[in-house]
Amino acid sequence: MKYVEEYRDPAQVQKLLGEIRAAATRRWTLMEICGGQTHAIMRHGLDELLGEAVELVHGPGCPVCVTPLEMIDQALAIAARPGVIFASYGDMLRVPGSGKDLLTVRAEGGDVRVVYSPLDAVKLAQANPDRQVVFFAIGFETTGPANAMAVVQAKALGLNNFSMLVSHVCVPPAIEAILSSPVSRVQAFLTAGHVSAVMGYWEYPPLVEQYHVPMVVTGFEPVDLLRGIRAAVRQLEAGRAETENAYARAVTLDGNLPAQAVLRRVFEACDRQWRGIGLIPMSGWRLTPEFAAYDAGQRFAVTGIITRESTVCIAGQILQGLKKPHDCPLFANQCTPATPLGATMVSSEGACAAYYRYRRFVPQTAPENVHV
Amino acid sequence: MCLGIPGKIVDIYEANSLPMGRVDYGGIIKEVCLAYVPEARPGDYVIVHVGFAINRLDEAEALATLEVLNEVGDMARELGLEADLPPGVLA
Repeated sequence: MKYVEEYRDPAQVQKLLGEIRAAATRRWTLMEICGGQTHAIMRHGLDELLGEAVELVHGPGCPVCVTPLEMIDQALAIAARPGVIFASYGDMLRVPGSGKDLLTVRAEGGDVRVVYSPLDAVKLAQANPDRQVVFFAIGFETTGPANAMAVVQAKALGLNNFSMLVSHVCVPPAIEAILSSPVSRVQAFLTAGHVSAVMGYWEYPPLVEQYHVPMVVTGFEPVDLLRGIRAAVRQLEAGRAETENAYARAVTLDGNLPAQAVLRRVFEACDRQWRGIGLIPMSGWRLTPEFAAYDAGQRFAVTGIITRESTVCIAGQILQGLKKPHDCPLFANQCTPATPLGATMVSSEGACAAYYRYRRFVPQTAPENVHV
Repeated sequence: MCLGIPGKIVDIYEANSLPMGRVDYGGIIKEVCLAYVPEARPGDYVIVHVGFAINRLDEAEALATLEVLNEVGDMARELGLEADLPPGVLA
């Protein structure tokens, strides 16, 4: 398929790998932010091919992984109510809350539906005027425009039986949280290309300047990923730190302005808890006063939630790039995609699921005194 | 959920006052909201997230990327910098 195959060309991949190896005088540690990138890296074996030149650590860009436990428990409580149709992206259904997940709520009689697009949830509200339809609006800046349009559309159609449980998160504050952590090993970032397709990349230069760390806007195909890695390695070798766009066919500096206009109307910045990581100031979005009437959190005031997080899952450290899935003693034995103990094993964007699916069961060891 | 996929716009129409279109992902066709790509026309490629096109792919930039890569590749070959990999390892 056009815009896919040519960016998976093995010859191009080999050329880029050769250039990266030739450029690297030491092993650099890069973080790819987006879980989609993590899966593409594993799927195409780029981590193994890059072994001695670059270590890739995996970032927090997995939306269902970072959705706070309290929000999931709230979703479980709302979804169990009679008269409610709870609509969610499919990835969310098996994410463990305190004790159960949405799939269990469905098995117990809750009306939980999987939607592909938020507009499908609006259609459910139109088709079921006697029921309350609640859409679980989670995600990063990539799903933001879609989730925002759902509530704009519900308002335009006068649907009083539609509301959203909003748990949006944003990439730049998460990057800053990682950069300001004293234990971070990250020397450069491959930022999430599709987040920048929406938001542009004008938010990165101030972070690059403050922390002197290269940031390269990077796509999702093997050639795109290696172009991003090559740009980062060249900057690091030259002692430079700049914002660079290695995904120009999809990303401009300003991003998608019509989408940003709707985002500004529907959402406003707020502090947000990230599951396993903690509170990151002004890292989330909530509904603006214009749309507050569509806030499911207020419409179905859920009280008495006592969260119980797994005491054994190390997803938080994995999401910050401090540990890798195979560092966890439960990985691939007690914790598998069929029996997930944490969200990172559930999601199609979670690092543990990627390591399990692509069989990265043992740590990759870098030789001593690497010379590439 | 949040993986963006490129697809080609087959046609454009309106539904519930929103610009919509059918998008072809190499044979699989799905309905997509085009509200955020008002400049898009049938035949254009867009990246779609959860049923919404979030941008139109820039053909000139896409070609430029591939051409630069070919040139750089030629240069790498000239300099003997090609990676020593088994053939088809990524195919």
